[in-house]
Amino acid sequence: MTAETALAPKHSPRDYKSDIKPVWCPGCGDYSVLGSITKAFSELNLDPENVAVISGIGCSSRIPAYTDCYGFHGVHGRSLPLAAGLKVARPDMTVLVASGDGDGFSIGGNHFMHACRRNVDLTYVVMDNRVYGMTKGQASPTTEPDWDNALTPGGSGISPFRPLVIALAAGANFIARGFSGDQNGTAKLLKEAIEHPGFSFVQILSPCVTFRPDQKTWKDDVHDAAVDPTDEIGRAARRLMTDDGFNTGVLYKGEREAFQPPIGEATATVADLEGKFAL
Amino acid sequence: MSTLDINNIGEFLAHAHALEAEAASQYADLAEQMEVHNNTEVAELFHKLAEIEGKHIGKIDDKAGDTPIPHIPPWEYKWEGGQSPEAVVDMDAHYMMTPHHALRMSLKAEERAADFFQRIADNTTDEEVRSLSAEMAEEERDHIKWLNEWLKKYPEPENGWDEDMDPPMLQE
Amino acid sequence: MNQPTDNTTSISLVLAGSGGSGVITAGNMLLAAAAKAGWYGLMTRSAGPQIRGGEAAALLRLSSEPVSAQPDRYDLIIALDWLNFERFADEIPLDKDTVIIGDASAAKKTPAFVTEGPARRGDIDFKSMSKAIPGGRPNMIALGTIGALIGLPEDALDAALSDALAKRGEDAIAASRAGAEAGRAIAAEMPATPKLPTPEGEKAGRWLISGNEAAGLGAIRGGVRFVAAYPITPATEILEWMSPALTKVGGVLVQAEDELASINMAIGGSYGGVPALTATSGPGLALMTEAIGLAVASEVPVVIVDVMRGGPSTGIPTKSEQSDLNMALYALPGDAPHIVVAPNSIRDCVFTTQWSVHLAEAMQTPAIVLSDQALGQAKSVIAAPADIAFFAQRETATTPAEGEEYQRYAVTASGVSPMAVPGTPGCAYTADGLEHNPRGTPSGGAKDHHIQLDKRQRKTDDFDYGQHWADQAGEGDTVVLTWGSCTGPVLEALDNLAGTEQSARMVSMRLLMPAPKEQLANALEGAKRVIVVEQTHSGQFMGYLRANIDLPKNVEHHCTPGPLPIRPGDIETLIKEGTPS
Ligand SMILES: Cc1ncc(C[n+]2csc(CCOP(=O)(O)OP(=O)(O)O)c2C)c(N)n1
Ligand code: SF4
Repeated sequence: MTAETALAPKHSPRDYKSDIKPVWCPGCGDYSVLGSITKAFSELNLDPENVAVISGIGCSSRIPAYTDCYGFHGVHGRSLPLAAGLKVARPDMTVLVASGDGDGFSIGGNHFMHACRRNVDLTYVVMDNRVYGMTKGQASPTTEPDWDNALTPGGSGISPFRPLVIALAAGANFIARGFSGDQNGTAKLLKEAIEHPGFSFVQILSPCVTFRPDQKTWKDDVHDAAVDPTDEIGRAARRLMTDDGFNTGVLYKGEREAFQPPIGEATATVADLEGKFAL
Repeated sequence: MSTLDINNIGEFLAHAHALEAEAASQYADLAEQMEVHNNTEVAELFHKLAEIEGKHIGKIDDKAGDTPIPHIPPWEYKWEGGQSPEAVVDMDAHYMMTPHHALRMSLKAEERAADFFQRIADNTTDEEVRSLSAEMAEEERDHIKWLNEWLKKYPEPENGWDEDMDPPMLQE
Repeated sequence: MNQPTDNTTSISLVLAGSGGSGVITAGNMLLAAAAKAGWYGLMTRSAGPQIRGGEAAALLRLSSEPVSAQPDRYDLIIALDWLNFERFADEIPLDKDTVIIGDASAAKKTPAFVTEGPARRGDIDFKSMSKAIPGGRPNMIALGTIGALIGLPEDALDAALSDALAKRGEDAIAASRAGAEAGRAIAAEMPATPKLPTPEGEKAGRWLISGNEAAGLGAIRGGVRFVAAYPITPATEILEWMSPALTKVGGVLVQAEDELASINMAIGGSYGGVPALTATSGPGLALMTEAIGLAVASEVPVVIVDVMRGGPSTGIPTKSEQSDLNMALYALPGDAPHIVVAPNSIRDCVFTTQWSVHLAEAMQTPAIVLSDQALGQAKSVIAAPADIAFFAQRETATTPAEGEEYQRYAVTASGVSPMAVPGTPGCAYTADGLEHNPRGTPSGGAKDHHIQLDKRQRKTDDFDYGQHWADQAGEGDTVVLTWGSCTGPVLEALDNLAGTEQSARMVSMRLLMPAPKEQLANALEGAKRVIVVEQTHSGQFMGYLRANIDLPKNVEHHCTPGPLPIRPGDIETLIKEGTPS
């Protein structure tokens, strides 16, 4: 890009932040994700009133109140249908959904698959810290099987699942992975994800410093994806299946048309409907 | 990214401005985090640092005068590793951190900033950029000295500074 | 009881058959023909558990007056075959005057309750007769026979056949007419049933509609333009009717992956400013309760129609019961003021659902509509519902003046706070299921909790529900207190007793939550006898009443679970003879 030609966005990232102070632990990756989100909104030149941030329950799901956009902090695991309802009813809104690995993949796992399949134009951000932060550190669907904790001492013994592979198989239209330690890179991913039509899934590795202090080493583990995003599903599948979980970047970009039934275009009146019942 | 070539005064000012602005906003965020976690001493310190960075922004704007500062998307700055050099690493924050830790965080950030400006000065072909950048590097080195002085008042706390006898709270 | 007399006003009949014999289609044609002839009617259906080819029965009651309940007895039963007919034994009360027509060559399979009963019998070999007609079908022969026996004008049946078979072409219509003709011819050899007088005068202003369609229409009348739902018996017809209807009026229906998704989608759509609804039955309502609580706390209007079926669990999906009452009233976490209303007739499904949209939107809270299978899946000829003015009217917010701040949960006298539609500048807020302060900021403080609890409670407590809280009818110092689909049989019993010493009145509650305590107490004033009628096993409605008003000590209770309908005669006997103890 040529720096000289770029116009400054209407709103700075700060303009998308509310005056509510986050309750996250200092050091939590979610602070940086909030920064990435507001930077992406700013670069997209969105008016805050035309953006909605929807979430479920969890530390990560606290995000809506920390933005100065419209928001909905719903119940645990149900952010995706809440957001899909809003988007289908109000296609003019930009809708971002924020979730955690417990909220999104465990209690909300069914909605995750169907949101990928339905392909409503949403951007789904899952802050993956491989733990339930909000409830004091239990294993989630992405937790390593041998991670010791109070509820499953010695580890859950269950293999973690691969959300990106599932998203691909279920039909997500855009799949990317980011890292909270790379706020600017993640902002770029989010911008692309929001711009891409249909359901965009962005997993953001976002360490939980309180229950997973071991995740501080993630900054040394993550690496840029070695190849460009593919739109070829077979290649994407191989890539995601063999991936070490720390590849960041856009990994798959599909071409499916977004699900958006027409709304607001009446061709008949209520009286016409009633006429069908009249003898 | 090991060679840094910024050969245009506008682009340079954009970088300098962003570097200070990000630092100011991050310190403000950290101050807020410490307030929420009832660590008032460190909160005050971060507020002070945010204020200082705020003044730096003013200085850069003064230097820019009428030179238009172009907009650069956050991910297209020529930062090493993609983040502004003066950005502190969030993950190093801790709710029981002491001024010693805060100043150390800040010191590392200033060192990266000084290095950043120095490398621009060393590589640029533009005389105006070179002189401004060298000046900024010098300024950052002043901060480093001053932070080091400040740090003397706060020796490294003994191990166990982060010990909290209470378990974490269960929330939602 | 409706003993057959020459001046009978109502005729009840069953058309049964199995293995794809088309009795339900024929029943629908008969109802349509009756409507064309100027009669009122009610059709319910009963069927075996098979998806295809099972034994099925169309149960019809036709009358020159509006029909509000299933009959006490049947005048006529026509069985195309007797396979598994005993399944319907409980549902089809017979007596010595009932005429039973079936295939005598299949006599061995004729169930005992038919052969051993006192009824009068006729014999038609539907199979052989239909074989003699090119393209002929047993169900069409039966239609002709029924028509002739009950006095249905030929042209009405002809017209109904042509309408129903229009898509299949002239040959199909001709074959069906020939079948009906043959059926009519043989009717003369059958034992006679009463005939309904051919109605005179005005038949305009009537509708043929099912309760589920009526609920869907009421919702659209009320302004619903977004529906998300997951199929479940017996609510699916609401969705199947609404899907194309919504498209026509500029709305949309989304099929969700489950009820957790449906309710959340509906809340999301409504949050976006579009009045929204979901429809389900008991098992689905159970899954939705957490999110309905969210709608209470975040103050998002939404309508949930629960078409109740026999429970618990999967229960009896195709039969009616009122046993979701407790769940609708009490299943939400916390103190969660919301609206529960119940339609009391097929016709009232239009009004009550429309009203529920109005209530939900006006009070920004969820409204549960407790319909049931008996209303939802029954089809009826009704007087066209009145046009009512209730329409979604949500109090919305506008951009605040410079220096003023928008507060989503502002404390107001009515409890209702202007709700910003996303897209409104200067009003961005986060709707929250966490307790919050007036701005919407999460807060676990005592003061905020108490203020918001009061505010939410005030919305529903102080609202003016007008006369719609109940339907009242009849006269006397005996009061039958009931709700929902029990209302029809009670009304008919009251009609039968009107002017006698046992004349009684009825209070049928449409508004169940918030409990209209004062109205109810006033309505019961002066009652010497109170009889509570409900269709549950445990007496949920009685428990609810006892929790909310002082009932007389000797209150009587008619409480039977599904799957059998409560019949007018049950209530009549009860009023005459008291509750057997
Ligand atoms: C229905 C329901 N079940 C359980 C909970 C308790 N709960 C709250 S958050 C949470 C897990 C959050 O984990 P995750 O989504 O990974 O978010 P994080 O806190 O790690 O960001 C649970 C189990 C709840 N709020 N609601
Ligand atoms: S518990 Fe973990 S996920 Fe939750 S705020 Fe603290 S660091 Fe973040």
